[in-house]
Amino acid sequence: MLAFIIRRLVQSVVVMLVVSLIAFVMFRFIGDPVDQMVGLETTVQERELLRQQLGLNDPLPLQFWHFVSKAAQGDLGISYQFKRPVADLIGSRLPATLELSFVSALFALLMGIPMGVYTALNRESLLSKLFLTISLIGISLPTFLIGILLIFVFSVYLQWLPSFGRGKVVDIGWWSTGFLTVSGLKALILPSITLGLFQMTLIMRLVRSEMMEVLRTDFIKFARARGLTNRAVNFGHALKNTMIPVITITGLQMGAIIAFAIITETVFQWPGMGLLFLQAVQNVDIPIMAAYLLLIALLFVIINLIVDLLYVMVDPRIRIEGAEA
Amino acid sequence: MSDALLSVRDLVVEFPTRKGILTAVDRVSFDISRGEVLGVVGESGAGKSMTGSAIIGLIEPPGHIAGGTISIAGQRIDNLPYEAMRRVRGKRIGMVFQDPLTSLNPIYTIAEQLIETIRTHMDLNERQARDRAIGLLDQVGIPAASRRIDDYPHQFSGGMRQRVVIALALCVEPELIIADEPTTALDVSVQSQIIDVLKRMCADHGTAIMLITHDMGVIAEAADRVVVMYAGRVAEIGAVRDVIKDAKHPYTKGLMGAIPTLMQDSDRLTQIPGTMPRLTDIPPGCAFSKRCPEAFDRCFVEQPDCRPYQGRDVACLLYDEGKPQ
Repeated sequence: MLAFIIRRLVQSVVVMLVVSLIAFVMFRFIGDPVDQMVGLETTVQERELLRQQLGLNDPLPLQFWHFVSKAAQGDLGISYQFKRPVADLIGSRLPATLELSFVSALFALLMGIPMGVYTALNRESLLSKLFLTISLIGISLPTFLIGILLIFVFSVYLQWLPSFGRGKVVDIGWWSTGFLTVSGLKALILPSITLGLFQMTLIMRLVRSEMMEVLRTDFIKFARARGLTNRAVNFGHALKNTMIPVITITGLQMGAIIAFAIITETVFQWPGMGLLFLQAVQNVDIPIMAAYLLLIALLFVIINLIVDLLYVMVDPRIRIEGAEA
Repeated sequence: MSDALLSVRDLVVEFPTRKGILTAVDRVSFDISRGEVLGVVGESGAGKSMTGSAIIGLIEPPGHIAGGTISIAGQRIDNLPYEAMRRVRGKRIGMVFQDPLTSLNPIYTIAEQLIETIRTHMDLNERQARDRAIGLLDQVGIPAASRRIDDYPHQFSGGMRQRVVIALALCVEPELIIADEPTTALDVSVQSQIIDVLKRMCADHGTAIMLITHDMGVIAEAADRVVVMYAGRVAEIGAVRDVIKDAKHPYTKGLMGAIPTLMQDSDRLTQIPGTMPRLTDIPPGCAFSKRCPEAFDRCFVEQPDCRPYQGRDVACLLYDEGKPQ
């Protein structure tokens, strides 16, 4: 088990190194950073001095080494547009995005799994057909359109929920949370649904098809032939086997939720990392873009690690082979 | 027939399809006495497994019992509501399926699956159920049962798994076991071991066996009486010795002729020409008429009933009073 975790950690480090190489290359080849930092009237000598100070004349491997070692210490450079450390900027925006993603994921799982199980067990019922129709809409409509529709219905027409922003937030240390105020929670509803709807339908359809597959297997038939209750067969045996592929996909989708938050954050003017990233793209603020890239990669790597560990917990076949290897 | 444990009368199983209704089992009748081993043979698609599924009440919808009765110890079970039938399964009728590799849920230990089944039907606590489970594994010949009980299915070989499946089917001492091709998926070398285990277990507990197979060798070795099925109908029922030595129905004769023996020094095995008709186009009259070497005019119009003839039941017009000659 320990060997398994160590092996996965080493793989994660390799992935992060590759991603940081890409982020580093962005610095080097998308425009000249010096051009971004100085005005038009700066002389050649001053530029050369700046280059020297920034270490841009060092050999490339050395520069990469500096980049990685600084990034590992949390120093991600200075934003061109805000003239503030990127780590601070991201730190102030991270809670908004993570809270939004967390609530979306929760929504997607808490709605998607029961709906998937229900539609797999009651294939002919009207409610199942309704769920499937909803899921078709969820899959086919683009995220921004769903967001705009929700704003139109619930903010403009019914005026129940706010259309933009996070509402009132409470600071706990450096973390600003919207979970503790009514306006903060209300502000979370529409963006979370917008961001989570696609994932919810995906999870629902995945659970449904996997569950129907599992219900056809011999061991389910044998479980029924042993006279186990429906509850035990459907939930004890079928659902647990269904969860193995669902965990993988859901894990990958958690990463996708954080990455896709860009669009939802734009629609709802949500002050998260996605919005920061879009501004950075518009202003060619490469340090922020590179930091964002690194952070998303880090989140993906962490989530995948958790998924692998969950997998081992659920499926004894992997657990035992892993222990023997 | 009041002393029979299981009594099947004129059982009809139908599958509605787009092309019309398929009759998978057509007016099948037979009895099983307490402690008896009844073999059921026939080609694939002859309705053997479907009869087994009907008895234990697990026909996959849209298939359903369209006529006839099934009773166990005088009590009708073909029309029981789901929950009442669930309590019959496992407790009064157990079932063993063909493939031991897929009959067990891969993510639970043997102990969990055994204890779950025992506690569903018997009022025992965890400790008592576990002791009973270990005793059963011991009886079916799993070495070091008390240690191996906490292993997962994939840690057992195929033959061992089938022993576990037999233990599971027998764990609350049902009166009847339906063994659906229990040895087909196994190595030839372990086939007879499994048959031995099955026979010994059932003899010890006074359990009757309905042994479904296409292997005449298994029938000859294990069964007391045999039912020969063809295209959903019973062709011949009789004591195994009678049927093997002196088959009456031309189909049974064909089956016997197709078994290689060491004693007989013939160059070729006899074979039955043609294939079993699909359920969609069973000929009028006798289902076997088109392949039968002894068919005469009546066979193509008149459907034979199963009638007593020389100590057995045969469904063939050759043994009817109005036969030619």
